Amino acid sequence: MLLYFIKRLLMLIPVLFFVSVLVFLIMRVFSPDPATIVLGQHTTLEKAAAWREAMGLNEPIVVQYLDYMYNVLHGDFGVSYFTNTPVTTELLSRLPATIELSVIAIIIASVVGVFFGIISAVKKNSIIDNFTMTTALIGVSMPVFWLGMLLIILFSGYLHLVPSGGRIDTLMRPYGGTGFYFYDTLMAGDYEAFFNALQHAALPAVTLAGYSMAIITRMTRSSMLDVLHQDYIRTARAKGLSAKSVIFKHAFRNALLPVITVIGLQFGSLLSGAVLTETVFAWPGIGAYSVQCILRSDFPVIQGVVLIVAFVFVIMNLLVDLLYAALDPRVKYAQESA
Amino acid sequence: MTDSAITLRKSSKWGDMWASICANKAALTSLIFILALVLTAVVIAISQALGFQILPYDPNVGDMDKAFIAPCAEHWFGTDQLGRDIFSRVLDGTKISLSVGVAAVSIALISGTLLGAIGGFFGGRLDNLIMRAMDVILSVPSILLAITFMAAMGRGLDKAVLAIGLVSIPEYARIARSCVMAVKANDYIQAARVTGDSNLRIILKHIVPNITSPIVVRATLGISSAVLDTAALGFLGLGVQPPFAEWGDMLARSRSFIFSAPYTLIFPGLAITITVLAFNLFGDGLRDALDPRSRRR
Repeated sequence: MLLYFIKRLLMLIPVLFFVSVLVFLIMRVFSPDPATIVLGQHTTLEKAAAWREAMGLNEPIVVQYLDYMYNVLHGDFGVSYFTNTPVTTELLSRLPATIELSVIAIIIASVVGVFFGIISAVKKNSIIDNFTMTTALIGVSMPVFWLGMLLIILFSGYLHLVPSGGRIDTLMRPYGGTGFYFYDTLMAGDYEAFFNALQHAALPAVTLAGYSMAIITRMTRSSMLDVLHQDYIRTARAKGLSAKSVIFKHAFRNALLPVITVIGLQFGSLLSGAVLTETVFAWPGIGAYSVQCILRSDFPVIQGVVLIVAFVFVIMNLLVDLLYAALDPRVKYAQESA
Repeated sequence: MTDSAITLRKSSKWGDMWASICANKAALTSLIFILALVLTAVVIAISQALGFQILPYDPNVGDMDKAFIAPCAEHWFGTDQLGRDIFSRVLDGTKISLSVGVAAVSIALISGTLLGAIGGFFGGRLDNLIMRAMDVILSVPSILLAITFMAAMGRGLDKAVLAIGLVSIPEYARIARSCVMAVKANDYIQAARVTGDSNLRIILKHIVPNITSPIVVRATLGISSAVLDTAALGFLGLGVQPPFAEWGDMLARSRSFIFSAPYTLIFPGLAITITVLAFNLFGDGLRDALDPRSRRR
């Protein structure tokens, strides 16, 4: 197991290396000269040349790449063209918001998705099943940002239950701390602020969870149906076990594997769904920030965001594979049996 | 004799498929809806090319005196902040959404299938190289990669098509590769080789016909995600540039009036959802029709 883990970890290095090359090339090859973007179209040729020289853009592209990667490996993603602050600082200050939102979203999506998936499978072709499956189908067909706007209209506009944007009321913002507002407010014992943060997170989290919830529901249902057709389920029923015991002890545990895979993969894709959700809800995370940077061609920041997200995505995929091995004793990797 | 046997089997395969789709009400309804959508887009495009307006109002020209009229008999879906008729704009938007969807899927399908087929057929180092390249693309979430392309290339519809197409290449490459590897192991490929067929002939005559169905299914479902991605890029302000009507862009612009004029964002969103839903349902139906094993449920 350990050997397999190390081997997989080492295999990530080439993938991440090529991702960094890909992103670097996209930014340098396809993009126009950043000098005119940063300095404006009316800048003089001399100023532009001086800026390029200062930014190291006159070096050969390989040297530029090596420089960049050297810095990245030392935790330095360069400096934003527009604010002149280090990209690392900008991203770190926004990362907790995105992680907090994604974690709440994946919890909602998994709990609700697995619950309805099991019900649908057990009560196949019932009204509940048809309703759930129709909702799930609409869920995967709906643009995330539209769902978000509809929820805002309903819950903030008409019902006035929750705010339509932001992370917490400005006056309640916790000072210092980790940047994870739920954690910070709880640690400070400020339950009013905690509740306020919860209210702010409700709509964006449900919006972000929507698509994954639909996928997880469908996967759970189909995986449960597969298992429920197996002989050992018939045996379990025949020997007089209660329906509950058959469903949870025999069926669900065996149906869990593909569900876990999907949940893991969904967590990775939540990070990109966050780009749209954060924009709709003015959620001050990495997603909304990277959209601003894209609209003003702030390349160093975009490059940093893509690298970090790809890194998280790849790590998530690895974790899913490892969880597979841990949960299913049948999964043996070549290294172990050898 | 063999020829007629093959034709007979072929026709019955397509006949089976058609019967299966007809029996699936959701898939059939979706197909009819998709055809209606295509017809709408084509008729609008032709009429505009010929210089007359078939839509009730000009989708791109507004009348500020008529801004924010709620849905009524005159303006079925209401009017937007510039007094443009939303019904006309939503209909006009089918043109962009469908053409971007089809164009992006075509790019991904052609290059992806080709790469996957080459890798699967020849195997070895070339295969390894191609598939590792696909892994790299897959290791960045697709919409983020598309946005990155757009960020570098600049905004615009043509670039959106390219970005969406490029990021979906790996899906087709993987499907094509695994199908080719499965087909390649069959005896009739060996037979063709023994009779002296060239690689190209084997690929075109024996392999391609046998890998079409999974790819067609993938492409149908691919159009639905391409329509969603187009809307997402439009929403972020990276897709079509004003004044042209695109559903995602319409949603982005009506965001400021979310409480005062919610109808401005109901209809473009509905248009996206129903279109995507139709392609999803039809794609599912097509998969059931082409792959009898998945039909049980």
